[in-house]
Amino acid sequence: MLVRMSAALAAICLLSSPAMSAAAKLTDPQIAHIAYTAGEIDIKAAQQALKKTHNKEVRQFAKDMVRDHTAVNKKALALVKKLKVKPENNPTSRALSKQASEKRAELSKLKGAAFDKAYIDNEVAYHKTVDNALETQLIPSASNPELKSLLQTGLKIFEGHEQHAEHVAAELK
Amino acid sequence: MVAALLLIVPVSARAATVRIVMQNLEIAPAAVSAKIGDTVEWVNKDYIAHTATARNGDFDVNLPPNKTARIVLKKAGTVQYYCRFHPNMTATLKVTP
Repeated sequence: MLVRMSAALAAICLLSSPAMSAAAKLTDPQIAHIAYTAGEIDIKAAQQALKKTHNKEVRQFAKDMVRDHTAVNKKALALVKKLKVKPENNPTSRALSKQASEKRAELSKLKGAAFDKAYIDNEVAYHKTVDNALETQLIPSASNPELKSLLQTGLKIFEGHEQHAEHVAAELK
Repeated sequence: MVAALLLIVPVSARAATVRIVMQNLEIAPAAVSAKIGDTVEWVNKDYIAHTATARNGDFDVNLPPNKTARIVLKKAGTVQYYCRFHPNMTATLKVTP
C-alpha cells in the first residue's frame, strides 16, 4: 500500500524538521496567522462543496464548516485586535494555502459521488492534520494565555469536525 | 360545605426544570436523571452552534450560540444524546415515570 503523506501534513512537518528547528519556534503572530489560514481554507473547501454536491449529508457538513470556521475566525480576529497582535504570514501558512489551492483544483474536476467522497475524505485528513498541529505545535508554542485558550477550544471544535466528517464518510460508502 | 367541594387540591407533584449547560464543547452535567413531565433546559454558552440530538430519535434540539432551548419529557427510558455538529460532545438523560 502506497503511503502518501499529504502535502498539508508535510507543511506542518516543516515545523519539526531539524533543518527548520531554528525557525520552528512559532511566535504568536505566526500562530494566529496559521490558525486563521487553516479556518479560511476549510471555508473555501466548503464553499466549493456547496456549489457541487447534491448529497444532503455532505451539504449539511459543508454548511457546518462555513458556520463554525467563520465563528472561530471572527473570535480569533477580535482577540488579535484586542491584543494588538498582527498576524504574520509564514512558510507554514503559505504551504497550507498552496496545498489547499491544489486540492481545490483537483476536486473541481470531480462531480457527483466521486466529488462527495473526495471532499469528505480530504476533510477527514485535513482535520486530522490541523488537530495534530494544534496539539503538538501551535498550542504548546502559544505565549499569550487568551490565544492559547482560543486554540484549545478550537482544537475541541475541530476534533468534533473530524468525527462528523468520519460519520459522513461512513455513510457515503 | 359547598366551599369544601370547590376546594381544588393539586394531586400531581410540581414538575421540575433540569438545566444542562454546553460550554467549551462539554455537556454538564453529562448524566442527568429526570421524571416524565419535567422540562429539560439546555443552555449553549459557546460562541458556536450545538444540538442536543437523541440517538434513539426522541429529540433533536437546535441550540444556536448563546441560546437556550427546552423540551418536556414525555417518555421513560435512558437516552444517549450528542451534538450533531460536534459528536465528541455526548451525554445521557435517564427519564423515570
